[in-house]
Amino acid sequence: MAIAQANLKHMSPAARGRAFAWRWGPALATLLLVLVLWEAGVRFFHIAIYLLPPPSLIAARLLERGTFLLGIGLYTFEEALFGFIIGCTLGAVVAVLSVRWRWIAHGLLPFAVASNAVPIIALAPLVGIWFGSTTQVSKIVIVAIMTFFPTLLNTHRGLLSPAPEALELMHSYAATSTQSFLKLRVPAALPFLFNALKISATLSIIGAIVSEFFGGPLKALGVYITSQAGIGHYAEAWAAIVVACGLGIAFYLVIVVAERLVMPWQTAHEG
Amino acid sequence: MQRQPPVIAIDNLTKTYDGRAGQVVALSNVSLEISPGEFISLIGPSGCGKSTLMRLIGDLTQPSTGSITIKGKTPTRARQDRDYGIVFQAPVLYDWRTVQRNVELPLEIMGQGRSERGRRSAEMLKLVGLSEFDQAYPRQLSGGMQQRVAIARALVFAPSILLMDEPFGALDELTRERMQGELLDIWARTNATVIFVTHSIPEAVFLSDRVVVMSPRPGRIEAIIPIDLPRPRDTLTREDPHFFALATEVRERLRHS
Repeated sequence: MAIAQANLKHMSPAARGRAFAWRWGPALATLLLVLVLWEAGVRFFHIAIYLLPPPSLIAARLLERGTFLLGIGLYTFEEALFGFIIGCTLGAVVAVLSVRWRWIAHGLLPFAVASNAVPIIALAPLVGIWFGSTTQVSKIVIVAIMTFFPTLLNTHRGLLSPAPEALELMHSYAATSTQSFLKLRVPAALPFLFNALKISATLSIIGAIVSEFFGGPLKALGVYITSQAGIGHYAEAWAAIVVACGLGIAFYLVIVVAERLVMPWQTAHEG
Repeated sequence: MQRQPPVIAIDNLTKTYDGRAGQVVALSNVSLEISPGEFISLIGPSGCGKSTLMRLIGDLTQPSTGSITIKGKTPTRARQDRDYGIVFQAPVLYDWRTVQRNVELPLEIMGQGRSERGRRSAEMLKLVGLSEFDQAYPRQLSGGMQQRVAIARALVFAPSILLMDEPFGALDELTRERMQGELLDIWARTNATVIFVTHSIPEAVFLSDRVVVMSPRPGRIEAIIPIDLPRPRDTLTREDPHFFALATEVRERLRHS
């Protein structure tokens, strides 16, 4: 069964190409169809540009202002990335500590769970007051808080995921607790950690852009979107939104690639 | 065989634990001596304490009263000396390790060098007939193959005692019989003493030197039935009238309990 699937690797290039086309063709077709309907709809019904500019106009703005948009995109991405690194690292470290000392788990995890239901982003104006609403620091803090809790929760769950028998095997080998931690709990937690990183990658971009809505320099993506929409440059705003989407997707894909490299066993049986 | 000092001596063992409805007696006054190299099956209905007995021997849980002596040592000491190889009903392989690295895990924990690990794991994989799957990941293997890897992992550091808790319980009947034959082959090449927990009568009779029949509430030993079928045993053994006679004896003692 699983072994038969592994044969995918041994298919001829042409057969692999066909398999690839069948896998991704429909998604590509959907995207093209939506763009065509959008363009046609806007033109046919004479929809005002401030409601919905046609994709062709957005694409034109993207090409014209590409370098500039990418620049402000990277400014915002910097905030997202630093916040992500700080939040996820702290989350993973605290998860490790809370497996070692249960009282940390008991003290923190209820709040981590509750944080799922709390719109942390609503704190953005206040964090802006604390750390300066035009600085990158306030955005980094928001992103760090947003990514900390899911990483803590998922990693903690992953570290506790090994079956009792798997731990008993370690016990029967007279393994030290450091050995069982490094050779069992940590690798068992990796899939959970990567899930958290994927969630956090998306959250970090959202967090950075939305906290920029509450203040920041003009070279920030979130500020640019609100200001362009405010002065009637709708296609410009849309072009910036496309850049934001691109950044979010790219960040997510980087994590997916890292996941596959770090955990080859996860994909080995999918073929 | 019975003349040698026992490798496992169990004396008046009792195990109770606190259940929802007060104290539950899992095992009551169990005494048993097991000789070196013996193949012992523990059989009985659910709740008779057969797994508990195995776990007590393997230092996976502690007795309430009574004692267990393993080669003159406490079970904890024996565990620290790496006397136990354990196989559970689930293979419990580590998904992130290849077959080879799963088999090498105990050696790695015990600080063996890379070349020695490679040599021993290759030897064990050959013994269980999985040499060409050494680089596969566990989830790419069938249930029977995974359980073979688990057996190789349990034996790779040559433990003197092999504890098996319904290791073939999740396999289909045909695979199960084949695995039983393979287990006997492997066992014949080691000097290991085997404690084999099962609830299959033919399995217990086919494999064992002695079958320990247990009964529930409270868990205790009902009978110990010596299996004097000649070895090596094979498919023909299963068709031997004496095999049926012994199976019937085990069945009757089970019904009594």
